[in-house]
Amino acid sequence: MSIAKKAVVWGLFAAGGTLSAFLFPALIGLFLLVAIGAVPPGLEFDRIYAFASHWVGKSVLFLVISLSLWHAAHRLRVVFHDFGVRKDKAVANAVYLVAAVGTVLTAFYLYRI
Amino acid sequence: MSRRPYIRPVSNTTWYMQNSRYRRYILREVTCLLVGFYCFLTIWALAVLAAGSPDRWAEFLRSQQNPVMVGVHAVALIYFLIYMTFDWFKLAPKAMPVQLGEKKASDRSIVVAHYVVWALLTAFVAWLVGVIP
Repeated sequence: MSIAKKAVVWGLFAAGGTLSAFLFPALIGLFLLVAIGAVPPGLEFDRIYAFASHWVGKSVLFLVISLSLWHAAHRLRVVFHDFGVRKDKAVANAVYLVAAVGTVLTAFYLYRI
Repeated sequence: MSRRPYIRPVSNTTWYMQNSRYRRYILREVTCLLVGFYCFLTIWALAVLAAGSPDRWAEFLRSQQNPVMVGVHAVALIYFLIYMTFDWFKLAPKAMPVQLGEKKASDRSIVVAHYVVWALLTAFVAWLVGVIP
């Protein structure tokens, strides 16, 4: 990989890692609240729909999800190598494809909200 | 080069079990699976939301209410905090040293700044969803 390409890959990886490190504990906490049946008022349909239909909400959701997906895909690629899988090209294609599909789905659903 | 170079017998698949630093590394790296899992869980929620029906949203929330998911989320939250969030903060000064004029910001101040921002962001999200008034 060229050095210029590496900087972009690393930059997106670090951005996604930072966003997920900062925000995913809160996100997991929200899913936990929902799971125990204590749905926060902000997750009632009207409020969450209003948040996701505002351009700020859309942008935040899209950036956090797409960059986190990219981060996870890149990290998982290395984890596969660490676990002894030596077919990097196939692994890279697979994990980046999944991240790309997730990104497209996120954009599609946000567009429809 | 010698004819028969010494090749250390290291397993491709279990090498990280030999040393606590490697174990810690692998425990940290596999948090990417949690990131992916919660990304797709959120995308699923967005898909339901995009249908635009309050009933389907309520049904989705109900479908998430079960003891298995409580266990999954509770374990995931603790694991994620220890091996992703706090490790990420710990490594931040090494990955992103901050230059202040002639000097560098101390590692400690960078780590503390991360914890402060994290606490503020988490409080902001909690406020946004109405968990705290």
